[in-house]
Amino acid sequence: MVNWAVILNISKTHLLTKIKQTATAALGVTFGIGAYITLVCFMTGLNAMLDNLILNQTPHVHIYNEIKPSEKQPLTMYGNVKQSFSIVHSVKPKLSQKNIHNALPIITYLRNKKEVRGVLPQVKTQIFYIAGSIELGGNLTGINPLDEAGLFNLGDYIVEGSAEALQNTDNGILLGIGIAEKMALKIGDRVQVSPINGGVFPLKIVGFYQSGIADLDAVQSFTKIKTVQRILGRTNNYITDINVKMYDIEQAIPLSKKIEQQFKLTAVDIKTANAQFETGTKIRNLITYAVSITLLIVAGFGVYNILNMLIYEKMNDIAILKATGFSGKDVQLIFMSQAMIIGFVGGILGLLIGLGLVSIIDTIPFKTEALPTVETYPINLDPVFFVIGFSFAMISTFLAGYLPSKKARKIDPVKIIRGQ
Amino acid sequence: MSIVLEARHINKYFKKPVLFHVLKDINFQIKKGEFASIMGKSGCGKSTLLYILSTMDTDYEGELFLNNQLITNQSSEHLSVLRNKHIGFVFQFHYLLSEFTVFENVMLPAKKLGEKSLQEIEYDAYEKLKKLNIEHLAQKRASRISGGEKQRVAIARALINNPSIIMGDEPTGNLDSYNAENVFNIFKQLTDEQGLSLLIVTHDEDFANKTHRIIQMADGEIVV
Repeated sequence: MVNWAVILNISKTHLLTKIKQTATAALGVTFGIGAYITLVCFMTGLNAMLDNLILNQTPHVHIYNEIKPSEKQPLTMYGNVKQSFSIVHSVKPKLSQKNIHNALPIITYLRNKKEVRGVLPQVKTQIFYIAGSIELGGNLTGINPLDEAGLFNLGDYIVEGSAEALQNTDNGILLGIGIAEKMALKIGDRVQVSPINGGVFPLKIVGFYQSGIADLDAVQSFTKIKTVQRILGRTNNYITDINVKMYDIEQAIPLSKKIEQQFKLTAVDIKTANAQFETGTKIRNLITYAVSITLLIVAGFGVYNILNMLIYEKMNDIAILKATGFSGKDVQLIFMSQAMIIGFVGGILGLLIGLGLVSIIDTIPFKTEALPTVETYPINLDPVFFVIGFSFAMISTFLAGYLPSKKARKIDPVKIIRGQ
Repeated sequence: MSIVLEARHINKYFKKPVLFHVLKDINFQIKKGEFASIMGKSGCGKSTLLYILSTMDTDYEGELFLNNQLITNQSSEHLSVLRNKHIGFVFQFHYLLSEFTVFENVMLPAKKLGEKSLQEIEYDAYEKLKKLNIEHLAQKRASRISGGEKQRVAIARALINNPSIIMGDEPTGNLDSYNAENVFNIFKQLTDEQGLSLLIVTHDEDFANKTHRIIQMADGEIVV
């Protein structure tokens, strides 16, 4: 039978009469939790930003026709040399088309799959930007501007103009910012492009594109699929790449394997293409948690110390409580509840301080060329972190309180009373 | 008359630093309403005996009965409840919880027992304080009152659960003669008026001579 009202009243009195020590112990927990919340929100915010930088623009499955040598060279089909060691010199890639054969039916097939969120055809080609007598090499990609903006956040990377403008303008071009600077072009100007097989096509600039990767911005431009097909002199079923976005990113791997088998195309899933990103994220999370746990262990030792001191000071009280009928368990609960109250108050304050710091960080300007859409330091405010932080506070103070309170439980009142 | 406390063949050894036979075959009874004192030289084992009788020290041989029930080898949880309900304590050093008020100190054992409502406990505590003429101290911090007053508060606390027996370890040992007299009179009044049993360890011969019965100890044995 535990009489909580009495026990909590005693621990409350103990804590309030030693308010300075209580505050010191609670502040230790507060700073630990505050630092954890700040760190984890900031770190995961940065992680998400860095991931989005690449992953938002990256299709979950990228399907294309890769130019590569045949896996089976004619020699291996010749039975007589099977047991021998054969060397083939000067292997050349197989002559095949750059576009995807039967692209339109494949797109329809993929669109009908329920796990697929969107399918975007693209036409990629090499071109030259012509400025007077200067020719600059570059890539021109034909897209569906509105779909790209909706699924791959193209709009975030358009620094001037808009995806709608590209959609609405025949012969419009969304020019890489690097090219625009080199050629001193502005919106409304015309730029001449020339495909590899000749001819010159003037295109009207409707906007500028900035991915944040300077090398890319110096070559890459976008226009509508139809415009590229016309420049290349191809029909409307000429599609070189298909980008697929899934509802669940985990489904990307099985889908890409299936497409490779079914259509004999190359399909790269996002996990394979960006494996290094996951590694970076994992390591940053590891550092965040290592630092936070270290802080909390330090705070835990603070609580442990102060409780230990309190129990030495309260030896007489413990003896008298035991003499008047409080059991060892009651005494342990008195000191455990003190530790837990310190943890609770310190934890809640820590969450508030963390929230405050995070809100301040969220307003600090953070301007960078690489990230045109980011204006302040990125913060990821996830309620889960607050739950974890609070649990951390309670667990660490529980452990810190357990050992001293167990000692208090075992104190022999006779020894204390006779020792006086 | 019914027997409140009975000790049968109590033996106790101190094992450190060397084996020492402190209590040798102690047998005695305390009847209801009896005011007994234990006397003896320092080191004869009288305090050791008291702590065994108080159930706080469980490391002994023999049998101990409280209200005719065997309490030897009971769990420490159960012993805590017994102490809370049936035994009141008064020590030489006053041992109040210094951070609590006098009133809270007196109420604490009753709150722990939890048999009465808070109003009843408050009423009881006030009555006990009044009986000991210290009701004006009720809201003072326990650390702010004088030694004699502290000892009376300790007695009030011992009385709060209406125990079967009150034990004292030299309750007047640290008091001047005026306050010692005062405490004795309170004890006397309690036995005479309420039939409370008292067992007091003391060095004070005057004090002992005024009690009903003196248990004289020497070298771990009861002499008289």
